[in-house]
Amino acid sequence: MSSYNLTESLRQNGEFKALVGKLSGQPLSQCYQCGKCTAGCPVSFAMDVAPNKVLRMAQAGLKNEVLRCQSIWICASCSTCTARCPEGVDVARVMEVLRIMAGKEGIPAPGRGKDVSIFNSAFLRSVRRNGRMFEAGTMAAFNIKSLHLLREATTGMHMFIKGKLRLLPERIKNKKEIDSIFTAAVKERGGEL
Amino acid sequence: MRYSYYPGCSYHGSAKEYDTSTRIVCKSLGIELVEVSDWSCCGATAGHSTDDLLAAALSGRNLGLAEETGLDVTASCAACYQRLAHGRHELTRDPLLREKVNKITGRPFTGKIKVKTILDVLLDLGVDAISEKVVKPLSGIKAAAYYGCLMVRPAAVQADDPENPVKIDRVLQSVGAQTVDWDFKTECCGASLAVSNEDVVVRLTYNIIKSAVEAGANCLVTACPLCHFNLDIRQGKINSTLGTDFNLPVFYFTQLVGLALGIEGGSLNLNSHFVDTSSLLKAI
Ligand code: SF4
Ligand code: SF4
Repeated sequence: MSSYNLTESLRQNGEFKALVGKLSGQPLSQCYQCGKCTAGCPVSFAMDVAPNKVLRMAQAGLKNEVLRCQSIWICASCSTCTARCPEGVDVARVMEVLRIMAGKEGIPAPGRGKDVSIFNSAFLRSVRRNGRMFEAGTMAAFNIKSLHLLREATTGMHMFIKGKLRLLPERIKNKKEIDSIFTAAVKERGGEL
Repeated sequence: MRYSYYPGCSYHGSAKEYDTSTRIVCKSLGIELVEVSDWSCCGATAGHSTDDLLAAALSGRNLGLAEETGLDVTASCAACYQRLAHGRHELTRDPLLREKVNKITGRPFTGKIKVKTILDVLLDLGVDAISEKVVKPLSGIKAAAYYGCLMVRPAAVQADDPENPVKIDRVLQSVGAQTVDWDFKTECCGASLAVSNEDVVVRLTYNIIKSAVEAGANCLVTACPLCHFNLDIRQGKINSTLGTDFNLPVFYFTQLVGLALGIEGGSLNLNSHFVDTSSLLKAI
C-alpha cells in the first residue's frame, strides 16, 4: 500500500493557490461560489469544469486537476464572468493565468483545448516570422498541425472571391524588434512559447 | 482632429472593408488619421493566452510607436483596441514592467497618449456634427447594434457600458437609422474559437442572429472584425448546420455612416460580404 503524506500535499496545494493568486493579482479566497460566473458564461456548455468550479479548484490548490481541464482553453476571454462577479474576482484573468501556467509546464491541452492551443501557436509563429499575423498562413499551419486539412476551405474560398484573402504575408521593416520581444519572452519563461 | 491610427492585421485581409470605410469616413468628417509607422501585431488572444511579458511587449511596441506621433491612438478593430488599451493600463500602473518592456522593444512608451475606439473618435465630434454632414439619411435601416466583448469588458478598458452599451446606437441614429432594443448586444460570438471549435461558435452566433431577427432588425451592425467574420461569413454554416434560413446582412458601423455621408458604395466595399447587402441597401 502506498502512503500518502497529507501535510506535504496540503503544503503544495497552498503554494499553488498562492501562486495563482499572485500571478493573477486576484483574491481567490473571496470567491464564495455563488455561480454567477458560470450562469453568464457563453461557453460553459462546452466546458468540462464550470468556471465557478475552476475557481474552487484553484482555491483548493488542485494543481494537477485544474491545469488539465479543457475549460481553461475553451474560455473565450469574453470577461462576462469578470464583469458580473459580485466579489470583484477577475475570473477571466484567473482562467488566463491557468492557461499560461499549463503551457509553461508543458501540459498538453486536452479535448477541445487541443486545437485552441494549436491555433494559438500557429498564430504566434506567424507574428514571430513577419511581425504581423498572416491569415492564410496561420490557417494553413493550423490545418496541418491539427490534421483538419480542409478546415475553413469554404470561408477561404469565399474570402478569395471577395478579394479578402491575401496570398502573401506582409513583413514589417524593423523585424528585429519583434525578434527581441520573442527572445525576451522565451528567456524570461525559461522555455519556448 | 488628429489621431494616430492602428489598422491591425486583418486590414488587408478579412476586414479590409472596415479599414477602408474607417479611413474614408474619418476623412469626410475632417478627422485626420496618421497610420502608426511600422506597426506590428497586437498579439490578440493568442498572445495574452500564452505569456504575460509577450502580450505586454507586443502592445508596448505599438504604443511606443504611436506615442512617437504625439497623438492619441485609435484602432478600428475592437480586438486591437482592447490589446492596446489593456497594454496601456498595465504599463501605466506598473512602472517596473514599463521599464522592462521599453527596454525590450526599444520603443519607449511613457503613457502620455491615450487609446480610443474609433467609435469614440466619431462621438467626440458630437452627434450633431455627424448629422449635419448626412446627405442620405438611412431611413430604411433598422439595425441591431452588436458590441460583443472587446470594447466593453473588462472594466480597465471598457469604452461603453458592459451590459447595455449605446454608442453604436447613437452613431447610427445620428445618421438617420433606427436601432432596435435587443438582448444580445454584448453576448460573446466566440471570437477565434471559430477556427478551433466551430460548433461552439455556430451555437453562439445562431443565438445572436436569432435574437436580432426576433427584435425586428433588418441588419446587424458591428465594430469588430472577429464578430463580423463569425456573423457574416459563417452565416451559411449556421444555416447548413442548424437548418435555419438566416439572411441578415452584417455591416461595420463605419460602412453605414459612410453611406449616409454620401460616400459611394465601392469605396466602402459594401459588396465584399457573404450575406448579400444589395436588396437592403436599395430600400434606404
Ligand atoms: S461569480 Fe465570483 S464569487 Fe461567484 S462563483 Fe464566480 S468567481 Fe466565485
Ligand atoms: S471569460 Fe471565459 S470563463 Fe469567463 S464568461 Fe467568458 S468564456 Fe466564460
